[in-house]
Amino acid sequence: MGRYVVSRVAAIVGTLLIISLLVFVLMHAIPGGPFDEDKMPLSPASKANILRSFGLHRPLWQQYLLYLWNAAHLNFGVSYQRPGESVIGLLAHVWPVTMHLGGMALGIALVGGLGLGVCAALRQNTSTDYLATGVAVFGLVAPHFVLGSLLILLFSTLLGLLPAGGWETPRNWILPVLTYSLAPLGVVARYTRVSVLEVLTADHVRTAWAKGLSARRVVLRHVLRNAMIPLITIIGPLVPDLLTGSLFVEGIFRVPGLGHFFVTSVYDRDYPMIMGLALLGTLLISVTYLASDLLYLLADPRIRYL
Amino acid sequence: MTSQTASGPTPVTLLLPRAARGRQAWTRRAFRNRMALVGAAIVIMLVLLALVAPWITPARYDRTDFGDAWQFPSSRHWMGTDGVGRDVYSRVIYGSRVSLLVGFTAQALALGVGLPLGLAAGVLGGRVDFAVMRAVDALTAFPQLLFALLIMVALGSGLGNILLAIGLHAWIPICRLVRAQSLREREQEYAEAARAEGAGEIRVVLRHILPNLLAPAIVAVTLGIPQAIFTEAALSFLGIGIKPPTPSWGQMVGVGVNDIRFYWHLAFFPAVMIALTMAGFVLLGDGLRDVLDPRSART
Repeated sequence: MGRYVVSRVAAIVGTLLIISLLVFVLMHAIPGGPFDEDKMPLSPASKANILRSFGLHRPLWQQYLLYLWNAAHLNFGVSYQRPGESVIGLLAHVWPVTMHLGGMALGIALVGGLGLGVCAALRQNTSTDYLATGVAVFGLVAPHFVLGSLLILLFSTLLGLLPAGGWETPRNWILPVLTYSLAPLGVVARYTRVSVLEVLTADHVRTAWAKGLSARRVVLRHVLRNAMIPLITIIGPLVPDLLTGSLFVEGIFRVPGLGHFFVTSVYDRDYPMIMGLALLGTLLISVTYLASDLLYLLADPRIRYL
Repeated sequence: MTSQTASGPTPVTLLLPRAARGRQAWTRRAFRNRMALVGAAIVIMLVLLALVAPWITPARYDRTDFGDAWQFPSSRHWMGTDGVGRDVYSRVIYGSRVSLLVGFTAQALALGVGLPLGLAAGVLGGRVDFAVMRAVDALTAFPQLLFALLIMVALGSGLGNILLAIGLHAWIPICRLVRAQSLREREQEYAEAARAEGAGEIRVVLRHILPNLLAPAIVAVTLGIPQAIFTEAALSFLGIGIKPPTPSWGQMVGVGVNDIRFYWHLAFFPAVMIALTMAGFVLLGDGLRDVLDPRSART
């Protein structure tokens, strides 16, 4: 177990190195630099000064090694678009908003998806089942920006019930969270339904019915616990997606989170911020995959891949 | 977690959920096939619309008429007009061309890359397998949208670059699937039988294993099409995908959402078309899986 985790962590470090090199090359391949004339008119001398102060006058391979060296010491540089603010400071500033939004969406997706999936499986081929399938398919096929636009149209423009943007009060949270949670809710519901249907026909469930257990006890103790295991691999990848934020949801509803930095950083050639976002995203994805594999191991004693 | 509590002789009596299963499985399949037919109908309709676009639209997608700007839907402009007086209905119809072109081409590329690589990894194993799977792992861990953004900004907008940005990730699920399937198929009895008859390994792979891989691969490709369409729409929504005046649904939603409080029709119709198109391909893909790949069709 210990050796397995160590080797997986080593693989994550390797992945981070590959990704950092890839992003570094890609972002420097973008024509134009962060301090070009169209962004800020400067005299050649002061431009050279700025470039020197950020180390941008060095050859690229030196810049890359320097970045790695600093990153190893947890220094990820200073954002160009917010002068004076470090990448870490900026992330600490805006990421909590995104995590708040993503966390609420994840909670709704899990609770709603599990409930919907279990109901659909227990009442297979009834209108409940079809409703659940309908919601799940709609969540899958309506991109965030499509769903967000339609929700604004309905609840803000037409009915005037909810604000179309902002993040100040809980009333502002409803539409973005709804937009954000429907797709993962659909995914969770679909897989829960399949998984529960499979477990329902298992021998131990038949035994549980035969013992005369109440329906609630059978479903909660004998069906759901086993049906949850394959779900771990489905839910795992949803987590980094939701926590790094959607620039569409945050853009449409004007949520002051991480999302729009994905776009502005690339547009402004904010090299340290691009690297920071890429590494953060990669780290989150890798860690959730590892966590879901370990959870899988703990949840099902039959599985051994060590 | 003690789950395997079934001990002693298993009772043969059928429990209620099972007793009703025969009929239920049948109605279920009928329902699913009906959904697949709906999906196929949507896809066919879209292809037809894209093909005959010039003959069913009142104006070209880029004809402006400033005297006719900001019109709401009416009998003359079925979906209204935008800020420079372009007919939204015409633009929506022409927009289907971009979505379908991107969806089909990107998945053709993904199949062209993913199938050979997955087959090579699964059949050859060893170093080839290791190399392919490490590439797959690294790309999987990469935040997809950031990747697409970097590529689009580095190379500039345009159809070819969109296909590249989508294709770089689209081959991964197909490669994974083909590798896993080929690992399983080459141990099957029919492959063994072919070998016993003296067929060489290349012949076994190409004539016996490959045909068995095609069905799940086709399903994966069909289900990948809505993903590709989504990515194009997302990039165009951000203003770095398809360049105006060529209409793309994502781009139309992106522009229209700014004025959604006053002119709802600008974002509404292309948004509905995106959802409808993706629904068509998802339903069709699910249905195809039931027909082509019965082993995994137990949903």
